Amino acid sequence: MLETVILIVFAMIGLSLLLNIWRLLVGPSVPDRILALDTMYINSIALIILYGMSMGTALYYEAALLIAMLGFVSTVAVCKYLLRGDIIE
Amino acid sequence: MTEWIISILLLIGGTFVLVGSIGLVKMPDFFMRLHGPTKATTLGMAALLTAAMIFFSTTQAGVSVKEILISLFLLLTAPISAYMMIKSAIHHKLDSIDRTQGKNNVEDEA
Repeated sequence: MLETVILIVFAMIGLSLLLNIWRLLVGPSVPDRILALDTMYINSIALIILYGMSMGTALYYEAALLIAMLGFVSTVAVCKYLLRGDIIE
Repeated sequence: MTEWIISILLLIGGTFVLVGSIGLVKMPDFFMRLHGPTKATTLGMAALLTAAMIFFSTTQAGVSVKEILISLFLLLTAPISAYMMIKSAIHHKLDSIDRTQGKNNVEDEA
């Protein structure tokens, strides 16, 4: 049963990644695109965790943690650049 | 029994992540669009990581609690990044829909 559920959740997260890509391409303003990229980072963490569960190995945990940190830092850096025109003042 | 708990948590998590992305696409302006990914997606990720924690605790030797780290990190950083995005949206003077109240109280100090 768990394999089927993992497949269904894979499909759900893939669909939400597609919706994020639509917002990234269409999004009328720059903050919309930043928001779509941030959501894509979080959804890719979910994909990596699910892949580790379907393979039965906990090796992918570090990759998920790294992607979480990089996503947060890049979102804050781009927002800071939009706000002040500079990242580290 | 644990398989049922893991499956239900996974389905809850996937549903919330999907709802967050549908909100990102369907909402009319940026200030509403921010609600979906920052709240629904974070809750969905917390449920998914709890499911992963139970899964790895039962299938492998020992109790696995390190998934809590990602969950805690996401719960800490989602409000901060939402705050930064809303600051940049106010700075760019993005349009909101007409029936938004209190627009005159927003001042841009940046």
